[in-house]
Amino acid sequence: MSRRPDNLTCDRKAVNLTRISRRFAELRANGELGIVAYITAGDPSLDATQRFVLALGEAGADVIELGVPFSDPIADGPTIQRASERALRSGTTLASVLDLVKKIRASREVPLVIFSYFNPILQMGLERFADTAAAAGADGVLATDLTPEESAEYRQIVSARGLDTIFLAAPTSTDERLRKIVDCSSGFLYLISRTGVTGAKEALPEDLPALIRRARRVTQLPIAVGFGISLPGHVSILGGLADAAVVGSALVNEIERAKSPEAAAAALGERVRALKEAARHGMSRREVAP
Amino acid sequence: MSTRTQTAGTGTGRFGPYGGRYVPETLMAPLEELERAYEAAKTDAAFQAEFADLLKNFAGRPTPLQFAVRLTEHLGGPRIYLKREDLLHTGAHKINNAIGQGLLTRKMGKPRIVAETGAGQHGVASATVAARLGLECTVYMGTEDMARQALNVVRMRVLGAEVIGVEAGSRTLKDAINEAMRDWVTNVRTTHYLLGSVLGAHPYPTMVRDFQCVIGREAREQILAAEKRLPTHLYACVGGGSNSIGLFHEFLGDRSVKMIGIEAGGRGTQLGEHAARLAAAQGYSGARPGVLHGTYTYVLQNDDGQIALTHSVSAGLDYPAIGPEHAWLADQGRAEYAAVSDAAALEAGQLLARKEGIIPALETAHALAGLMERLSRFNRNDLVILNLSGRGDKDMDTYRRLL
Repeated sequence: MSRRPDNLTCDRKAVNLTRISRRFAELRANGELGIVAYITAGDPSLDATQRFVLALGEAGADVIELGVPFSDPIADGPTIQRASERALRSGTTLASVLDLVKKIRASREVPLVIFSYFNPILQMGLERFADTAAAAGADGVLATDLTPEESAEYRQIVSARGLDTIFLAAPTSTDERLRKIVDCSSGFLYLISRTGVTGAKEALPEDLPALIRRARRVTQLPIAVGFGISLPGHVSILGGLADAAVVGSALVNEIERAKSPEAAAAALGERVRALKEAARHGMSRREVAP
Repeated sequence: MSTRTQTAGTGTGRFGPYGGRYVPETLMAPLEELERAYEAAKTDAAFQAEFADLLKNFAGRPTPLQFAVRLTEHLGGPRIYLKREDLLHTGAHKINNAIGQGLLTRKMGKPRIVAETGAGQHGVASATVAARLGLECTVYMGTEDMARQALNVVRMRVLGAEVIGVEAGSRTLKDAINEAMRDWVTNVRTTHYLLGSVLGAHPYPTMVRDFQCVIGREAREQILAAEKRLPTHLYACVGGGSNSIGLFHEFLGDRSVKMIGIEAGGRGTQLGEHAARLAAAQGYSGARPGVLHGTYTYVLQNDDGQIALTHSVSAGLDYPAIGPEHAWLADQGRAEYAAVSDAAALEAGQLLARKEGIIPALETAHALAGLMERLSRFNRNDLVILNLSGRGDKDMDTYRRLL
């Protein structure tokens, strides 16, 4: 188990030892970059999502983020906007996503993160949400439009149930903000690679290594880099720099393109296997942390 | 209610429990930068002098406070004064805020603004100020609104702004704000988001209010000069709520002055048929406190926290959330909110045209319709200021259907 000195400065009393932390500790011990896979739950149906999660897990995804669809996803590009619309049309709600977590957890141990805009969580009620998510077997929560400043009550309630509270850090975050963010985070730090919305891109931003180093200076938490990551080449580059790569829109694109849920599941598995391959070999091989 | 657990006092920019700052992390640094720039501008004599000069010589302030003699006679109720924001350059109060934020954009050294628009008035004001100050300007507008406010689309393009149609959702104001925020989050280092109402994350609700408060400051002086007393009632329409807060705010300390904000009742009381966030007492359903576009306030939504579609004949009121300061004024009972239907607004607009020779914007017509529905509650010596927030040129296609 990795030491987590960030918790020494954190306001939380208990150290959460979720599946997320355990998985990152294993990855760190092996010097291996993790793959965090995002898909929008309920796109095109919750049954299909269940199948996709199993396929992603079997292909080696280290953490799976289940996106809760929202009517007004301001942080998302066209790919995930369309996925949200499909998921809402299929009747997906936060409550039904938590039901799905329970079903998955009955047979699988893959770490699961609930990735939502804040309003659906707020409307369910913070306590009811945290109780239900913890009972279902979720491991962490990320609320896209909730920043450390507005999160005191949320953090207290969510971490009291043993769930990791994951926050976003961005290229525009000052060092002071980065420190504030990591003090509120557990599980891992989600570092946004570029200013902008979600979406697959050809190249990583040139200033990304500097950004990751800046984040690394303020935390020992695992750092997962997301937004615009889609290709094995991206994963290779991140290998020496970060702890995990988050892949989202590229996977959602596969779901959108596929003729059937079976075909989508196969395509997702293939994508993640290629990314894991890049994560395990070549440039991506990390120096084991001292 | 569970949402009550999210309470006041977690930061600046709160109005009671409402307001705050709920945005993706990428926008936090620019919001902090904007807040600093705005705080500095408040005491920056050069900034204030340029703001005052542009309001006077470019926008045309002060605007008249006109006694509506024939309307007053016709209705047989209170004495009614009209605060003529419709006479401003570009035809609505929106220019006050656009000038203020335009100057701030320049002060922050950003060469570009993005803006959303519903009725097109804020888009036109933004495009106008961008041209005057030499800024690039992109305006997002729902395609439904582009169709019903076509004249304003042309005006923005003549002014050199890029107008981008938004096809998502109900293709109205909410969807335009989503897209403007996505542009902002992408181009944040070079771009200021010139938000047009008292909505969004802190400091917008406070800053936009402050830029609009000139309406109430002038009106208070003008009514005291004309009538030697304070008004008994203020009326204004409320979409996000910038013209109403601009009128109300100066009078908040005058406990005798009643404030009434009129929302869009649309074509019915069911969720989806209206844009009434604070009129549950009239049976308008679906509003609860929640988070939309960066702020915690009353939001029209379903039980699962998905934001509802709205309807109003008036594009500028067709929005599911209300400014957080209004939510707080409503909770405290300091201001009263009510809704009127599309039909009542259209009728009121036509009445004002025929009695006073002023064709109001359909947004503004809601305020008059609200006053007319409350006539029985007035005493003969009551004194009303109604904020005539905008002119109706943009709404000719809708008015034409009444002829």
